[in-house]
Amino acid sequence: MALFRRVKSLCSSTIRGYESSARHQLLYRCLGTSTKDTVVRATLFPGDGIGPEIASSVKQVFKAAEVPIEWEEHSIGTSVDPQTNSFVTFDSMESVRKNGIGLKGPMTTPIGKGFRSLNLTLRKSLGLYANVRPCLSIPGYKTPYDNVDLVTIRENTEGEYSGLEHQVVKGVVESLKIITRHASLRVADYAFQYARSNGRKRVSAIHKANIMKKTDGLFLQCCREVAEKHPDIVYEEVIIDNCCMMLVKNPSLFDVLVMPNLYGDIISDLCAGLIGGLGLTPSCNIGDNGLALAEAVHGTAPDIAGKNKANPTALLLSSVMMLRHLGMVEKADRIQKAILKTIEEGKYLTGDLGGKASTTEYTMAVCEHL
Amino acid sequence: MESVRKNGIGLKGPMTTPIGKGFRSLNLTLRKSLGLYANVRPCLSIPGYKTPYDNVDLVTIRENTEGEYSGLEHQVVKGVVESLKIITRHASLRVADYAFQYARSNGRKRVSAIHKANIMKKTDGLFLQCCREVAEKHPDIVYEEVIIDNCCMMLVKNPSLFDVLVMPNLYGDIISDLCAGLIGGLGLTPSCNIGDNGLALAEAVHGTAPDIAGKNKANPTALLLSSVMMLRHLGMVEKADRIQKAILKTIEEGKYLTGDLGGKASTTEYTMAVCEHL
Repeated sequence: MALFRRVKSLCSSTIRGYESSARHQLLYRCLGTSTKDTVVRATLFPGDGIGPEIASSVKQVFKAAEVPIEWEEHSIGTSVDPQTNSFVTFDSMESVRKNGIGLKGPMTTPIGKGFRSLNLTLRKSLGLYANVRPCLSIPGYKTPYDNVDLVTIRENTEGEYSGLEHQVVKGVVESLKIITRHASLRVADYAFQYARSNGRKRVSAIHKANIMKKTDGLFLQCCREVAEKHPDIVYEEVIIDNCCMMLVKNPSLFDVLVMPNLYGDIISDLCAGLIGGLGLTPSCNIGDNGLALAEAVHGTAPDIAGKNKANPTALLLSSVMMLRHLGMVEKADRIQKAILKTIEEGKYLTGDLGGKASTTEYTMAVCEHL
Repeated sequence: MESVRKNGIGLKGPMTTPIGKGFRSLNLTLRKSLGLYANVRPCLSIPGYKTPYDNVDLVTIRENTEGEYSGLEHQVVKGVVESLKIITRHASLRVADYAFQYARSNGRKRVSAIHKANIMKKTDGLFLQCCREVAEKHPDIVYEEVIIDNCCMMLVKNPSLFDVLVMPNLYGDIISDLCAGLIGGLGLTPSCNIGDNGLALAEAVHGTAPDIAGKNKANPTALLLSSVMMLRHLGMVEKADRIQKAILKTIEEGKYLTGDLGGKASTTEYTMAVCEHL
């Protein structure tokens, strides 16, 4: 069933222009033998700080769950690669492009000039256009909300973050917000595909089109066009300030939210706060040709790096998103259940969750719950 | 308009925006004619009205004339649209000045400027620069800068981290409604708009609720608390405190609550209860 869904979504999604080796690989994997026999190569960026520790936690859990993933590890370089003008090398980029799937730990942005930021490099080189964050209330970790089950999908290439600012005259500055039909359709398409493949019932477009009539208006228009092709999924439009108020009063009102860049940035962090913060929130970036790069969005936590204290939950849940993207739904469900059960039991919790367990103890508990 | 300008103080209830063309919206007219440049909303947890938070005590101060709401949009080519966000030194200094004055006159200890200057370096950068300049003139008030997405996350995890927040237009719109949600919604949130020459127009920001209009069922709390803000602006602090205490006590007691607060009292019964608590 999972394979069928995956193939159907791959076939029905709009393949723009050319087909890449990554897409061919994914199709072949799913059309071919069962996922048990086919090993998938995935790029792994352990990252800095606590990155390597939590990455090895993921490797351990995958091994225990017998996930058919072969990791291709890449580190951030210590010098700028002229081909990418960044500390992320061209080879690393090619690896993700070739494999079509990757997992990334937290990375420190080096201070300095003359090179692009790591996140920007990844985003531009891989054409990462949508940031997806499922927010699920975690039983065992108490927050003022226990009924959160939503997904934020944020357009990640344009909008308010186009970086186009200038001074008009002294003391007057302008910033350009760009919205295009192409990017809005693309993220709206993905949002509805995602809703469909994950059994979601409703997609809400978040906007301020009553004030920003042309820009947010265009975004909404594109969402409506895509919504028409999916009459079985409920579509609604919610103004951003109302949305925030509704989220803090009753987050169960939302299912899938699709938004332009700035609102997406704000709402996705708001929702992460509702379930307990970035240490528990998975994230996945979708790029050209069905490429997906899952990542932990928390920091590198240099103060606890190397001390076996880090909480690998965010990276683990992100790796679960990776598995879902690959169609390995059964493995994804198993690992997710094991994680949630471990936290609910409360016997092995890392420091940030209020416990005393080490990273390895927590990881072993997850493996045991598989 | 002249009346408000002459008196320098006013209170406004909810107004329906008429559908149609050829005239400006009511809010826009008020804002432009009276030069209303800052929207101030104190958010206080109301004992007796349970929300997931009971420790909210902050004030949002939103720049209300420029920023992302300048209304300057155009199509570049088919399928590509641009919107201009304008930040000026004049407007940013003005709202920052008001924020620190407000903090001082209301015994507030900290002012947080909310921004995304790591991405919008020039626009939000200018806003922050202006806030910093004003902060230097008030060394006894703590000043900090918080990125908007962090701010939202902190607000839903622990709103007691904030005191006074000062923000450009869009962030202010979002954050002020978020904070209203933390304490129970627009039906309980007061609001006041500050204009040229120390003018203040307090207002209830909820809707006109046509379905219960004329039925003596409405909850006057938001407008009452807004009128309290009006009194504070006039310096009538003792009266303001008395009325505010009476309102909070009435809700905490829970004997006379209107329908939206989960009770059965009429507007007049609730109002009499507040009067009795004075």
